[in-house]
Amino acid sequence: MLSDATVDVSARRDWMSVLAKAKAPSLLELWRDRPEQRLPWHFIRRPEVGLTMLRGRAGGDGQRFNLGEATVTRCSVEVDRRLMGHAYLLGRDLQHAEAAARLDALLQDPDYQAELLRAVIEPLRHAQAEERALASRKAAATTVDFFTLVRGED
Amino acid sequence: MYVAVKGGERAIENAHKLLAEARRGDPEVPELSLPQIEQQLSLAVDRVMTEGSLHDRELAALALKQARGDMIEAIFLVRAYRTTLPRFGASEPLDTDNMAIRRRVSATYKDLPGGQILGPTFDYTHRLLDFALAEDGVHPEARVADDPLPQSMPRVTGLLDAEGLIESSEVDDSRPVADVTREAESFPADRDARLQALARGDEGFLLAMGYSTQRGFGNTHPFAGEIRMGEVAVEFIPEELGFAIEIGEITVTECEMLNQFKGSDTHAPKFTRGYGLAFGQCERKAMSMALVDRALRARELGEASGAPAQDEEFVLYHSDNVQATGFSEHLKLPHYVDFQSELSILRNLRRDHDTKAARKEAAE
Repeated sequence: MLSDATVDVSARRDWMSVLAKAKAPSLLELWRDRPEQRLPWHFIRRPEVGLTMLRGRAGGDGQRFNLGEATVTRCSVEVDRRLMGHAYLLGRDLQHAEAAARLDALLQDPDYQAELLRAVIEPLRHAQAEERALASRKAAATTVDFFTLVRGED
Repeated sequence: MYVAVKGGERAIENAHKLLAEARRGDPEVPELSLPQIEQQLSLAVDRVMTEGSLHDRELAALALKQARGDMIEAIFLVRAYRTTLPRFGASEPLDTDNMAIRRRVSATYKDLPGGQILGPTFDYTHRLLDFALAEDGVHPEARVADDPLPQSMPRVTGLLDAEGLIESSEVDDSRPVADVTREAESFPADRDARLQALARGDEGFLLAMGYSTQRGFGNTHPFAGEIRMGEVAVEFIPEELGFAIEIGEITVTECEMLNQFKGSDTHAPKFTRGYGLAFGQCERKAMSMALVDRALRARELGEASGAPAQDEEFVLYHSDNVQATGFSEHLKLPHYVDFQSELSILRNLRRDHDTKAARKEAAE
C-alpha cells in the first residue's frame, strides 16, 4: 500500500472534489470502459448512506451553527492489493461512490495517474467549469445598470 | 388520556388504500415523476429540505409526492427518514464568501462593487396569471451575457466594517456547536442553538414574527444589507484522511439584515446584524430568519421590550411545525375515556348548579 506521504494532498483534494461534484452518469460513462477496470479490487467499506451535519457561520463569518443535515454516501476500496481509495459524496448514489473510490485509489499510483487525469478528471472538470460559467453568464445578464438622468442645467 | 382502541384495523387499511387512490388522482392524467417535481416545483423542494432539515432534492421530491403537496406532511416524512440514518460527522462551515453567485441584491448600496444581480426572482413580476403556462410546450430561454460575474464579491458588511460602523463577528471555533436535534433546548439559548432552530423553523411562523418586529412589536429598523443565492462547496474531514475534501456543492440563500443600534453606556452606536441561511432558493425564509435572529438578540443588546419576537422561549418553542402539528393534530385521535370523564364531571356540576338554582328560587 502506498503511504499518504507519497501522494500530494492538494492534488488528491482536487481530484476528489472533481469526482464528488461530477454528475454520476457522466462519471460512469467515462469510467465504464477504462482498462484499469480489470485490476482486482474489493470493498473495504461497501457504499453506505448516512448524514453529515452542514454548518454555517452567524453573519457568514462568525460563530459556527448547525444549519441542517445532508445525505452523504461513503465508500472505501482497495485496488490491486495496495491502493486504498475513499469517497464521500453528497446524495445517495452508490455506484457514483464506488466509482469515485476506485478512481481515488488508482489516481494515487503514478503509473495510472496521468492517464486517468487526462481521460476522466479533466473532462469532468471541464464540464463543471462550463456549467458554472454558463450559470454565471445568465446571472450576469440580470445585472442592474443604474444610470442617472443628466439634467440640462449646466 | 389517549387509549388504544381495537377494532379499527380494517377501516385503517381501507383508508390507506383510499388515500393512495386519492393521491394518484384521475388515472387518465399522467403521473408526476420525481424529476418533474424536483425541476418544476423546485421552491417547494427547497422548503421541504430547509424545514425537513435534510438536504436531498430527490427525497424532498418523493416526500412532496407522497404528501400530495402538503408541505408540513412532506417535512414530517423527511424528518422521520433522517432518524433512520447514521451521522458521519459535521461539515466545515459553508464559505458563503466564495459562493458561485446567481442572485445578489442589496437594499443599502445602489452601486455596490460587483453590482446588483437580480437572478431568477419573482421580484418585479406583475403577479398576473400567465395563461401561456396553462399550455404545454413553452421553452423559455434565458439571456446569456458575454462574460461571467466576478469570481468573488465583497460583502456589504465588509464595506461598513472598513468604517467601523458595524459590529464585528466573534469567532471561537474551540467552542462546541449546539445541536437542538440531540440536546434538549435550554434557556437562555445561545445564538448557535437559536440559529439552528430558526433554520428548521416554519416559514410562515417566522415570516409573521419578523413582520411583527417591523410593525412595532420590538422595532428593529431593518435594512436588507445583502441577499445572495448560489452554490457553495461542502467540505468535510473524513477521519481516515485527516484533511478536508469537497464532497459536493449545494445551493443556499443567505440574508444579512442590518439594524440600527443607538448604542449604550458600553457600546458605541453602530449597525447590528441579523442572519438568515437556508437550503436552496428560500429567500422569504432567509429574510424572516434574519429578522427574528436580530429580534432575539434583544437581551444581549439591552433593548428587550417584551415583544413576542424578542421572547426566545415563545419563538423557539413554537417555531417547529412538526412539533406544532403533532400536538395540535393529536386532538383528533380518540380521547373517548378523557371525554367520558369530563362529561361525567360536567353532569355533576350541572346537577349541583340546578339544585342550587331551585333552592334559591324556592327561598324567594
